[in-house]
Amino acid sequence: MTDAETRSATNRHMPRRAVIGAGAAGIAALAAPSVLRAQPAAIRLGLIHPVSGALAFSGNQCRLGATMAIDDINAAGGVKSLGGARIEPLLGDAQGRPEIAASLVDQMAEQGAAAFVGCFASALGLAATQAAAKYNIPFSIDSGIVDSLTTRGLKNVYRLFPNASSVTADALMALDAINKKAGSPAKSCVIVHEDSAFGTQTAQQLAGLLPKIGIEVKSLIAHATPTRDFTNIVLRIKSEKPDLVMISNYQNEYVALARTLVQQRVDLVGTYSVAGGGFNLKFAKEMPGIAEGMLDFNHWYAPKDPRAVAFRKRVEDASQTMTWEVLFGYFAVKLLGDAWQRAGSAGKEETIAALASSTFSDHFMPYGPTKFTNGQNSGSHAVALQIQKGDMEVVWPDAFASAAAVFPRAKL
Amino acid sequence: MRWGLVCIALLMPLALPSQYLVTLAMLTLVSAGLGQAWNLAGGFGGLTSFGHVAFFGLGAYAAAIVQLRLGWSPWLGLPLAALVGLGAGLLVGFASFRAGLRGSYFALVTLAFAEAFRVLANSLDITGAGLGLQLRMAPGLEAFQFVDRRLSYLAALVFLVLATAAALHLRASRFGARLAAVRESEAAASALGIDVVRTKSLALALSGALTALGGVLYLQTYLYIDPSIAFSPQRSVEMLLVAMIGGAGTVWGPLLGALVLHVVAEGTQLLVSRPGVAPMMYGVLLLLIVWLLPGGIASLRGRIARHA
Amino acid sequence: MPDFDIVTAALVGGVLTGGVYALVALGLTLIYGVLHIVNFAHGALLMVAMFGAWFLATALGLDPYAAVPVVALGMFCVGWALYRFVIGRVSRGEDRAILLTTLGLSVVLENLALVLFRGDTRTIETALSFEMVEIGPLLLPVAKIVSAGVALVLAGLLWAFMDLTATGRAIRAVAREPVGARLVGIRPDRMFALAYGIGVGCLGAAGCLLLPSFYVSPSVGENFVLVAFTIVVLGGMGSFPGALVGGILVGVAESLGGLFLGESLGPISISVTFIAILLLRPTGLFGAAR
Repeated sequence: MTDAETRSATNRHMPRRAVIGAGAAGIAALAAPSVLRAQPAAIRLGLIHPVSGALAFSGNQCRLGATMAIDDINAAGGVKSLGGARIEPLLGDAQGRPEIAASLVDQMAEQGAAAFVGCFASALGLAATQAAAKYNIPFSIDSGIVDSLTTRGLKNVYRLFPNASSVTADALMALDAINKKAGSPAKSCVIVHEDSAFGTQTAQQLAGLLPKIGIEVKSLIAHATPTRDFTNIVLRIKSEKPDLVMISNYQNEYVALARTLVQQRVDLVGTYSVAGGGFNLKFAKEMPGIAEGMLDFNHWYAPKDPRAVAFRKRVEDASQTMTWEVLFGYFAVKLLGDAWQRAGSAGKEETIAALASSTFSDHFMPYGPTKFTNGQNSGSHAVALQIQKGDMEVVWPDAFASAAAVFPRAKL
Repeated sequence: MRWGLVCIALLMPLALPSQYLVTLAMLTLVSAGLGQAWNLAGGFGGLTSFGHVAFFGLGAYAAAIVQLRLGWSPWLGLPLAALVGLGAGLLVGFASFRAGLRGSYFALVTLAFAEAFRVLANSLDITGAGLGLQLRMAPGLEAFQFVDRRLSYLAALVFLVLATAAALHLRASRFGARLAAVRESEAAASALGIDVVRTKSLALALSGALTALGGVLYLQTYLYIDPSIAFSPQRSVEMLLVAMIGGAGTVWGPLLGALVLHVVAEGTQLLVSRPGVAPMMYGVLLLLIVWLLPGGIASLRGRIARHA
Repeated sequence: MPDFDIVTAALVGGVLTGGVYALVALGLTLIYGVLHIVNFAHGALLMVAMFGAWFLATALGLDPYAAVPVVALGMFCVGWALYRFVIGRVSRGEDRAILLTTLGLSVVLENLALVLFRGDTRTIETALSFEMVEIGPLLLPVAKIVSAGVALVLAGLLWAFMDLTATGRAIRAVAREPVGARLVGIRPDRMFALAYGIGVGCLGAAGCLLLPSFYVSPSVGENFVLVAFTIVVLGGMGSFPGALVGGILVGVAESLGGLFLGESLGPISISVTFIAILLLRPTGLFGAAR
């Protein structure tokens, strides 16, 4: 067991055990704030993710990234402007239920959480951020794509990462660039989306914007999650004869749809997903025959940055899968670490002020300068990715690209 | 004397210094209230429902829709939701009982109803389909949104008191007596001139109305619902567990059951944080209760009294 | 309006899926027919079977089709033991207690899988995963044809077993005349455990047949619970031919429902069919009056 693992293993039981003394500790903290400040007290950071239930995989990935960041900051000597204060994680399992996410906020607030990172899913994020707003505790969002997380006027909420509307708008810019470069082989498309918040919102935006880049939308096909069999959907696609299939759904359905498209030999210029839930390295590796040449617009690192390569190796050496959720967890914490460092304080007001004026740049994401407007970083962007030879390559924008797009994709 | 103690115990959490503990207490009361609502039909009427979340979700959606689409006050959502729950209970009950469904068949048909409502909520425009419905944040009494958890606790307490009052009524009233007669033997009850279908449907309607109120409480606390939250099958199971473990058909069973369930959940989390362990304990607990203590924890007192 | 080819393809696809559904439902209807219990743990046990097949495929490289006998036998043992040591003891034979026991079991199994395997979704690829056959205008996945074929053969074998062997006849005798069966020396509790084991064994086979074209996760069984019950009530509780025909009808209903109502509203066809049958014709299409 490495040092880092030991630490997170001991920390795992912290939050619950700390509950018992929570009331007393709260009173003590009120009575003697100066004593606490005199020595570099650990900064408590609440990590709220769905690590069990249907969203468990993604939730665990976010948590993995966040704990890696905490280990890194601590290993580098803690938050220096606070006398080397260490960050101590409080781990919470939201179990995919908003009421649990909100009650974890209450619990951790009493254990003295200076800030929160979470919650992967939008529904959990909505409940948790509004609970944290009550205490005015800063909240660094690690995903949760819906725009309303930062647009409903909560002063404590910050998102380093792009929101749904900016991802969709950028996705079309990328598609247009890739398509034009190839001589515009894609003139029509069918949009397949899952029918909950994420897929519906994305599909509706896409449908509105696609005609502007010269791609006709032949139809929108919604499906439930879970959907067991994609044969009907694929046959409908086949009869519409689109050049492109645009996809916005989750893991299982993404893979099932991709597989059925291949099985039914649908002749396409390509597939292009927006934040495709199943588009990841695991898919690229486990199903190379289906995955090869699929395009996705998604969150990823800047592949030419050596720190990114080293980070991926570190994740894979720990026999974990490298996914964007790990990056989000990691940098959501790093953003806070940077704010604390500059504020010279882990106080709520000071941290929020530092976040609002943040120009955080110690990352290897393909982002422009960090600038927060109403809690949303306007400098963040996702990238176009393509699966090539069992790996994921960035193919747009050119500044970050690690390979050229193969478009139209190779014939099956 | 006993009532005084109960009142004090229930008001105690308000004095807790910790918002988190107040939250835990509130969640326990909501579980107890929902369990009690289930108990009205499932315990007192013997109508084992596997899909009670249907009423919960209908209530939450009804309240959300009139607020968002018609601009109604959230407070008006409460009576409306109760009416919707009542109506749904009557309809589901009348249709099922007239067709002679009982026992396992009734359990399955309620499950199917809940699933059908989930799919509908997931496809209709008025429910926001998969996007769900999000209320505007407007903390304050007039918008029925509480920032202070103690107020949420009080709201949950009122809910539990209402549900418990309904249970007390069933225990003491003539309608309750008819329902008990139907539960024990439908043939005998009907020979006594009791309208079996009507009695059971009314019990389900009462239970549905209260469950729907629980849905509104959820909505006003978390301000967001979507089909998988509002119609989650796990919530159905939880309502049943709370009542069964505490003691189905008893007035205090659901409160006991909710306490035990939350203590077990927190206790398990404390010892093993691996996902799945705590909910697995729920299943084990249900098996143990069905095996060793079919009357639930509430029946222990009777047993002890008999031994003494 | 979708064109003719798509409707045909949806029909055929529905029939093929229905074949495997039928096998799942066959186990359920056998358990009901003999023990008169509603096995709510059916979905969770199917999940256990699928994890079994997945484990054999990834750890030992055993093709899921080759694993059918192994997993079926394993699941038979699981089912037999569950009845013998849990269901039979805990429920004391009361209707509501049995229902709650099987509910409790499904909660335990599902979360045990979550503890052991985490929430990830797992898929496997077999040699047949991408093979397609062309029949007229239709492209059919070989995996699905094989699965449906094997399912039907197994259904036939089970039928023969129940009709032709002494054990099968003993099980049926217990189902019909428990007291009389005891008088001629058949021990009902043994037959019940055996029947439950066979019913769960069917799930072992079904799990192997489903895995190549589906996925497995701890909650995967929830998808099948309502489907299986719908088939069983459609075909008439306890009826073998009912389960077969019901399986195919439900497969087709699901497929056409998806086509005409959209994949979002489509799944409602299952629950609505279920409700309609129970409310309007609770004996099902083939069942005699209860």
